[in-house]
Order: sequence, then structure tokens, then C-alpha cells
Amino acid sequence: MRLPAKNRTARARGDHAQTPELRGEKVLYGIIDRVLRLAKSRRIPETEVEVDEVVDTLTRFANNTIHQNVAEHSLTVSIRAVVDGRTARVSTNRLDEDSLAAALEDAAFLAASQPRDPHLLPMLGKHRYHRVRRFVPATAKLSADERARAVKQACDLAERKGQVAAGIFSSGQNQIILGNSRGLLASYRQTHSAFSVTMHHGAAASWAKANVADIRRLHPVDLAKTASEKAARAQNPVELVPGKFTVILEPAAVLDLVGFLFYDFAATAVHDKRSCLSGRVGKRLFGKNIGITDDAYHPEQLGAPFDGEGLPRKKVALVHQGVVEQLVYSRRSAKRGRTRPTGHGFALPNEYGEAPMNLVVAGGTTSLERMIACTDHGLLVTRLWYIREVDPYEKLMTGMTRDGLFLVEKGKITGAARNFRFNQSILEMLRNVECLGPARRSSGEEMFEMVVPPMKVRNFNFSEVTKF
Amino acid sequence: MWDYCANSLDVARLRGATYGDVRAMHIRQRNLTTKNRQVGTLGQTESVGLGIRVIVNGAWGFASTDQLTRDGVAGCAAQAVTIAKASAVAKKQGVRLVPEATYVDSWQGPCLKDPFEIPLAAQLDLLLAADAAIHKVKGVTLSETDMQFRKIDSWFASSTGSKIHQRRVISGCGLVATSFKNDAIQKRSYPNSFGGQHILGGYELIESLDLLKHARQTAEESVALHSAPQCPTKTGTIILGGSQLGLQIHESVGHPIELDRVLGQEANFAGTSFLTLDQLNRLRYASPIVNVVADARSEHGPGLGTFAYDDEGVPAQCIDIIKEGQFRGYLSSRETAALIGLHRSGGTMRAESWNRLPMIRMTNVSLRPGSWTFDNLLADTDDAILMETNRSWSIDDRRYQFQFSTEIGWEIKGGKKTRMVKNPSYSGITTEFWNSCDAICSADHWVLWGTPNCGKGQPMQTMGTGHGASPARFRNVKIGSAFSNQ
Repeated sequence: MRLPAKNRTARARGDHAQTPELRGEKVLYGIIDRVLRLAKSRRIPETEVEVDEVVDTLTRFANNTIHQNVAEHSLTVSIRAVVDGRTARVSTNRLDEDSLAAALEDAAFLAASQPRDPHLLPMLGKHRYHRVRRFVPATAKLSADERARAVKQACDLAERKGQVAAGIFSSGQNQIILGNSRGLLASYRQTHSAFSVTMHHGAAASWAKANVADIRRLHPVDLAKTASEKAARAQNPVELVPGKFTVILEPAAVLDLVGFLFYDFAATAVHDKRSCLSGRVGKRLFGKNIGITDDAYHPEQLGAPFDGEGLPRKKVALVHQGVVEQLVYSRRSAKRGRTRPTGHGFALPNEYGEAPMNLVVAGGTTSLERMIACTDHGLLVTRLWYIREVDPYEKLMTGMTRDGLFLVEKGKITGAARNFRFNQSILEMLRNVECLGPARRSSGEEMFEMVVPPMKVRNFNFSEVTKF
Repeated sequence: MWDYCANSLDVARLRGATYGDVRAMHIRQRNLTTKNRQVGTLGQTESVGLGIRVIVNGAWGFASTDQLTRDGVAGCAAQAVTIAKASAVAKKQGVRLVPEATYVDSWQGPCLKDPFEIPLAAQLDLLLAADAAIHKVKGVTLSETDMQFRKIDSWFASSTGSKIHQRRVISGCGLVATSFKNDAIQKRSYPNSFGGQHILGGYELIESLDLLKHARQTAEESVALHSAPQCPTKTGTIILGGSQLGLQIHESVGHPIELDRVLGQEANFAGTSFLTLDQLNRLRYASPIVNVVADARSEHGPGLGTFAYDDEGVPAQCIDIIKEGQFRGYLSSRETAALIGLHRSGGTMRAESWNRLPMIRMTNVSLRPGSWTFDNLLADTDDAILMETNRSWSIDDRRYQFQFSTEIGWEIKGGKKTRMVKNPSYSGITTEFWNSCDAICSADHWVLWGTPNCGKGQPMQTMGTGHGASPARFRNVKIGSAFSNQ
């Protein structure tokens, strides 16, 4: 983030309140040690302890003013006990000895209250992890005052343009330490910051958002300018007849739609026959220009390099040249599938198994501007909204366009269009991708962040139009 | 807890807060699920903490902590004050709140059987038996059941002298049968989709649902759907089952009447509303038989939106939203009420947890029952699709254009329920749809449905809301457009 000069002066005066800091790792290791000692004294055969600490802050603005401004600091201890082939989990945020002992005993009691699970695996032992550096002190130190001044710049911009700004500026830090009675110990900490802005220009609106680990790479005013310029262009939308259109999807629109595929790549979902990939693994399901990887180590990704059981995450090529090549596996689903786990399991116990949480959709070389320039008749989509699954096997999704739907004619944006409802199969859409832009970390409002490119897609199905 | 509350309010006042309220909460939750005759999730969580909201220099600040010590809550209060001072950097006008009396009270919601006192083994046995009954039906490829229980204690104190303790127990339960066959996935849920039914109450809910009795039929319907014809694409008459109508109310009435949305405060995420202030008392929202209230009082029923006081310390109220088809009221807070000139808040501010800021949430937004028996409604209908149990829902960010699909549909021909249809869906524009309502079933068919998963706010908060509804009929509705491209 580019800090205004006034801000640097304020920092020098030292009149910023301290943003709470994460506890030192040793403190968290100490909690794990305490629980494991308690478990040993109670002769609980296997125990897993996860400590999560969160410091989050968020400044919210609307009508060109800050209307909500919040901070939270919490630490949760989550204990999983295994008793005679049965397991259960209990979490608490009370850290005194009695409360931790009670949580541990509850976990053992819950575990013992159920039938034996013949497929339960022993806990993992020690592992080595790839080091990822995703904790940026500058992000962790960002103060409420600094956020407020950046928000004021966005609001001032809106006022100068006769517009109304709304959005958020958040920052935070969190750490997780996972340990168990077999000696596993995994730790991870990260920072994150997001700026999201909607600019209203009369009845028209547009939007921009970014989410990063390093505050120095976040530029709120640039995002506000983008939203402002697009809002000005979004005025006086024409009503078009619904039908099939060539669409240019900006990365946020791609993310929020394609992101809905993430759980379909879980081996457990395929085994349960609730994935759209059931019976389709190994087949060419998408166009040859589609490649999807899960890569926790991609430089633009966030997230721990280990899964819910402490297994190191592997990079997995899910789709290559349109062919569904691999799924992700937890230890349990890997054993059932007679393959190796990929390090994507959720914390146990759970019924969902695993999922890829660091999707990277391969990009191309066509810039957004070039996509527009080579489109004779189509629509540029800023973002999508309220996306829900209508048909799980065809992956038919419905939702709305929002905050900037622009008509493209003869290679130029010629105006705005009223928002459409779409009913579109993602599988079909990914067979109709004409070209891709460079992939980058993108943020939407419906799905967690991923690395995705903009796409130009033919025959995208809009079924109805709304009133604005 | 009261000491921590008082301590934090004192610190806030000493540091310059002109108003403050604090909410300490103790939340206990148990989640049980089964899948394919095995236990899936089995866990409990406990969370205790405190959040304080202050006004300093006419601007808001909020901070929360789980460090319940004298120093911990004092530091939290100081942080809230610092944040409020930062908010004032981008202030247009000072926050104004409509007045509210002070209350010292303690209230406990209805709960006949504390679910945390019911033996866990009995709860699991019931779920596993229901799961097995689903799984036994040929063609079912996935059987799932779930139970969730929450016990929430909250201690609210304000700088104006209110001290309110409330205890709410929430229970939820449901089952799902899924069948995969011939490149299609069909699903049936009981008593509702997405987690079943949820109420403010105890284990009596689970006993009343009789899961074992309904498991088999639910499973058989999921398999039968594969052989059913596709729901036609046309404009015609639909009858919505109560739970689907509850979600229709939630999306196309409950959200657009939230005054924070109307005033643009949710514009970046949840969106705004077509119910601009000039529409109040002017808009014909619905046909004259439609009456909708937002009622948080106990007498409305044990809904997820039932309480004694909201999280600003305002007593539960019943507000007319739509009266004989006319738009009559919004959901408001002390701040938004002041902004539009109301003399009192409607009492709808609620927070998900101690670490979240209270915001305007639906209470129990319910459609008043009509006079039809369900049998008479069918007999009076020549040609329609009866749609039951939500499968997908979507509506634009101003709440005009919506599309819903349901798990199952039935053709109504000549006054009789005839064959099953698969993949039913309908869509429309909110006011056109509600104005097409020409029959609502009676109180005998009215159920207060719980929607446990309403998301709103940044950071996102999930809240439970209640929606009373009985089956109702709508004319000239667009049917089947979700699948018209397939």
C-alpha cells in the first residue's frame, strides 16, 4: 500500500495504538505440550492438538464514510482424541488447565460413544515441510488509522467524481500449530490484507478488489480509480434480449464461477458419486486450452503447506490439456483408492475427506484489451453474484452479473447493459474458451482466492434480464 | 461476566466514549453427522469472549477478545476507542441513536429437553438407524444425516444502564438421500434441505421429526426422480410447499427490507434494495391476501429469530412488513431508525458471536396464514406444478430478479396431484411474483421454518432466521427456465 505523507508523520509521532500481535510460537508449543501431557496422564492412546490464533481487523465504509470498524483477537485449541479405533474432536478457547483437561476428556468421551471405525488410520509421525514465507511484518503492523486514511482517499475520490463509495479495508495475521502424540509438529503463520470497493455513479455501479499477503502490494487508491472509471461507464444500461453471448470474463468472474469446481476434485466426492467428475476421470472434459493445478507453493497463494492431519501438501495437476488427470486425496481416501495421499485432507473427523484449496488455472497470453479488440459482438463481465448450483452433474450454475456489464461491439466497449441471469454449465463453458489472459491471484465475493486468468468464452447462456 | 462488562464500559468511558455497549457470550455447540452408515463428524466447540462497541467523536469502534481478565477486557475496550477515533477520520456526520429505555432482565428461550443432557449414544443411534434406512433403498448412492445443537448465553450491558442475560438453545436435524444414475444426481431431503429443520428449542424437535418414519420415503423419491419426466418450460401456475415458500420470503422480502441495505451500508457485498425510502406505504408489494410480519416475540413461535432483546438491548417486537399487499415497514436498528426519522428501533440487531458486530438481521419474517386447506387448494387448481424442498436459490443484488429450483415437483391436473416431475424451477421479478399470489393455506399447514445459514456482513456473519409459511399458489409464473438450455 502507498501510504500518504500525512500517515508517515503520524507514525513518527507514535500516536497509533498498537495492533495486537500474535503470541510467540513457544507459547503455542507450550499449550500443545500441556495438552499432550494431560493426555498421557489419562492414558489416551492418541491425541492431536491444533492451536489457531487469529488477529483480524476490518474497516468498512459506505456512503463515503466509515460506518463499521472492527478488530478481533482469538485463540482456539482443538483437540482430537483416538480411543480404540474411534475419534472425536473438541475445541475450546479457554486456556486454563482445567478447561483444557475438560476439553480433552470430552473428546475422549465423544470418541468412545460411537461405533468403532474400521478405516481410521493411526496419527501421522514427524514430517518435514517446504518453507513458505507468507508473514509480512508491515501487514501485521497496519493500524486502524492507516486503514482509515486510505479509505478516506477512496471516499474523497468518489466525492470528486460525484460518486458514492462502499467497501472494506481489512488486514490480519494468523498462525496455526499442529502437534500430536506421535511427535508430529507443524507450524505456519501468514498475514493478509484486502481492499474491496464499490463505486455508485447514480444508478450505475462498478467494483474492484485485491487480496495479498504483503500490504506493500495492495494499492487501494488504484482499485478505487478502476471502480470509479468503470462506474462512470456503466451508466444508462441498455436492455438486451437474453440468449447466448460471447463473454469476456474478468478474473473475479472466472474465479467465482470456476471456483465452484473445487470440491469436485476430491477423491471422496467422486467415491460418494456427488462429484461432476464421477465416471469422468481420465477423460477430456474441457477444451485443450484448459489446465488446472492445485499448488500451495505458488508464489501468489496463501495457506499452510500441510493439511488437516499434518501431511505435506503436494502440487497436483488436476486437469491437463482438458483431460481430468488427477484428484486430491486424504490419507483415508488414498488408502481406499490404493494410491498415495496428496496432502489435501481436512481435519478429522469429517465426512468430506479433502479438497484442493490452492487452485491455479493456467493462463494464456491474450490481454483483456486484446480480447475486447478481437470481439465483434459480446459482453464484458466485471463480476458475478449469488452463484448457486442447479444441476450437480452437469455443473449447471445460476447467478447474476453485477457491478458492470458492458456491451462490446466491433472491438470496442460501446456502453453498458442491464444485468443478466445466467444458467450455464461450467463443464460446457470450459469447452468454449476461445482465449485466456495471464493468470493472477484474484478475489471475488463468492469463493476463496485463487490464481485464475481472464477468459473469452463463446455461447455463454443468459436466460433472463433484471431491471437495472 | 457482569464484572468484565462493567470493567470494559468503564475503560471506554474514561478514554472518551460517549456511548458503549458490551456483549459477553458463552457458546457451546455439538455437531453430529453420519454418511453411508458411519459416523462422519463428531465434535463439540466451546467459545467464550467479549465484544465492545463504542462511539467516540461521533464514530463507531468495535473490538473483541477472548482474554477474559481485567487487563484483557480493558485492553479490548481501549482498542475499541482507538478504532473509533480512526473511524472519525472519514466521518461525514456524527452517529445518532434513537432513544431506548434501559432494561435489567434475564430471559431463557423455550427448551423442554436440553440436547446436551441427552446421551450422545442415543443421538448417534438414531442418526445411524435413519442413515441405514436410507441406504437400504436400492438406487441410493449416498445417505447422510445430521444433528446440530447450540447453547448460547449472552450478557449485554450498556453505558445507559441496561443489563440483560439471555439463554437460547437451538436444535437442528435432517437427512438426505442422494441417487446417482445415468449421468444425473438426484437428491431428496427431510424435513428440509441444507441441514433440515432448526428451531429455538431442545431435543423435542428431534423427537417430533420422526426421522425413521420418513427416511425410506425420502430415499425412494430420490431414486424415483430419475424416471420422472423433466419439469416443463412454460408460464403457468405453481404451488409452493411451506419450506420453499419460507426461503422465497427470506430472499425476496426479508433481505430487501433490511434498512442497512436500503441505506447503502451493504452495497459492497450483500447489495442494496429496490425498496427505496419513497416506496414505504406506497408500493403494492403483493396481492391483498398477502400479510407479512417480522416478529421476534416468543408468541410468534420458537423460531431462529425469536429472542427477548436484540443485541442493542431493544425488546423483541412484531412489525408489519406487508399488510394486505401494501409495503408497510423495514427492519431497523437504533442508528438506521434515526437516519430515516423513526422514533424507535425495530429491534433487529444481532451478532453471530462475541467477536462480531451486531447488524440488522431478519427476525422471524413470516407470511400470515390464509384460509385454504391444502386439499381444497389442490382441488381448486386445474393445471399447476407443486414444488417442494429447495435445491438452489439466487437473486440479484437489489432483490428484483430471482430463480429457485426445488428437489421435487408434482403435476397438478384437474384438481389432483398426479405425476412426479424432476428438476423443477421457477423465476420472476419480486413484486410481480408476490402480486400473483391468489391462495394461501391455513394455520393448520403453517410451519415456522428455520434458516440457519443466512450470510451477511464483512467479516461474514452467519445467522439463523425464522420464516413461517404455509403452502401458497402463484399465477403466471415462469417455470423451468433454469434447465431450458439443457
